[in-house]
Amino acid sequence: MRGTDTALGAAGLAVLLALGEAAPRLGLVKEAYFPPTSRIAAALGREAGDGAFWTALGDTLTGWALGLTAAVVASVAVGLVVSVVPYLREATASTIEFLRPIPSVALIPLAVLLYGTELRSVLLLVVYASFWQVLVQVLYGVRDVDPVAEETARSYGLGPWARTRHVLWPTALPYVMTGVRLAAAVALILAVTAELVIGAPGLGARIAVAQASQAVPDLYALVVVTGLLGLLINGGARAVERRALAWHQSVRGEVAV
Amino acid sequence: MLRPLLVVALPALLVSAWWIASDGSTAVYWPPLRTILKTFPDVWTGERLRTDVLPSVLRLLAGYASAAVAGVALGTVIGSYRRVRAFCEPALEFLRAVPPPVLVPVIMLFAGIGDTMKIVVIASGCLWPVLLNTVEGVRAVDSVMAETARSYGVTGAARLRHVVLRSASPQIFAGLRQALSIGLILMVISEMFAASNGLGFAIVQFQRGFAIPDMWTGILVLGLLGLLLSVVFQFVERRALGWYHGLRESSRRSP
Repeated sequence: MRGTDTALGAAGLAVLLALGEAAPRLGLVKEAYFPPTSRIAAALGREAGDGAFWTALGDTLTGWALGLTAAVVASVAVGLVVSVVPYLREATASTIEFLRPIPSVALIPLAVLLYGTELRSVLLLVVYASFWQVLVQVLYGVRDVDPVAEETARSYGLGPWARTRHVLWPTALPYVMTGVRLAAAVALILAVTAELVIGAPGLGARIAVAQASQAVPDLYALVVVTGLLGLLINGGARAVERRALAWHQSVRGEVAV
Repeated sequence: MLRPLLVVALPALLVSAWWIASDGSTAVYWPPLRTILKTFPDVWTGERLRTDVLPSVLRLLAGYASAAVAGVALGTVIGSYRRVRAFCEPALEFLRAVPPPVLVPVIMLFAGIGDTMKIVVIASGCLWPVLLNTVEGVRAVDSVMAETARSYGVTGAARLRHVVLRSASPQIFAGLRQALSIGLILMVISEMFAASNGLGFAIVQFQRGFAIPDMWTGILVLGLLGLLLSVVFQFVERRALGWYHGLRESSRRSP
């Protein structure tokens, strides 16, 4: 069963690539807009041989990693404090619901004015966008704490710190991990967007240059690179999740099947 | 008595903190809140609502709606057939992993810089969360329920509507919710790139012209729009998924 699935998936990818090669060659789409797969692959090879490409990739990953780390640390800290301190949760609910839907790209003009094309512009957007993803998950996670476990810990005389460490945190962790996985993807989107729109150095800025200079195969090659990056980040986040939650029902169940 | 007070307390506190902290502000980029609020009605009057806000919202709705229809339709097909799913999955995973904003330059090649481009950009970003969530939802249809429906002779459109889509709807709505914020982001970005009207266009114009208080009002408008959309969505979701929330609530109370 698994083998056929993999084979079918590979066939699907092959058909996609073949279509990409055949459609422009047969004149179904204009080659100037949609270069054949082979030319995109050649452009990808050209990019990989260019030092500037790797610098851009490094810049994008730096913005992504720094922004994501800052957002996760801040949102876990804020989330725990908000849910542990009485009344704070209800008091912050409306504010969180108000701030969360503000699209982070609305901050682009502000970021441009404040920091120009520096890394800090990228970070402002990345942190703002990923912060809410994790925060909301932390809040949901803490709410899911089993009252019996909580009461048991209390009656055994565990203090607030020990209760947070041994009851609250393990309960919230699966939620937090889901939040981190979502935030990792969002952080990549915002990092590339900031580079694309603001012009901060990175893959996004390189895409903007390729577009301006009509280097269409390179444009596609760079888009493919961002897609691969997205896949890697998603896969990496899943792997981290599995390791961090190896003890948890959802992961143990997965392995048993 | 305490609850409503708590709900308004922090926002009121934050707004007054902003008001007081920025009141004497002479920093160019951080104008006093007083000035921003005074500028607000001047900037967002009937004229600009018609020329900038309305086109933006219409594009967003057009893109979002087409993505929702296409996503649910394709997702149902892919989710229903195991082989089709295995065939498409890796390709779909890759396409989804591409950050949607990088599609703006690509789609500009095909569709120019008109409204079509913006609608296609919005739709192409919103499609994936809806599509993949529908696939998952359709896949997870309870097998007992599916068999029961079959043995009662519920087939075809009735089966699709009452069994498959109904039981996938919580997942579909989760996808629609994700798509909403992506759509809003793409709306703004596509207008920042190449447009002659729209919210994103207006905000960038203000920023380039150093009309700082006007720029701030633009940010506020986007925030309000995001909030409004999410409130409307929550309302629709509560109506459509009322049965589901009720079910979960009751199963939580009696485990």
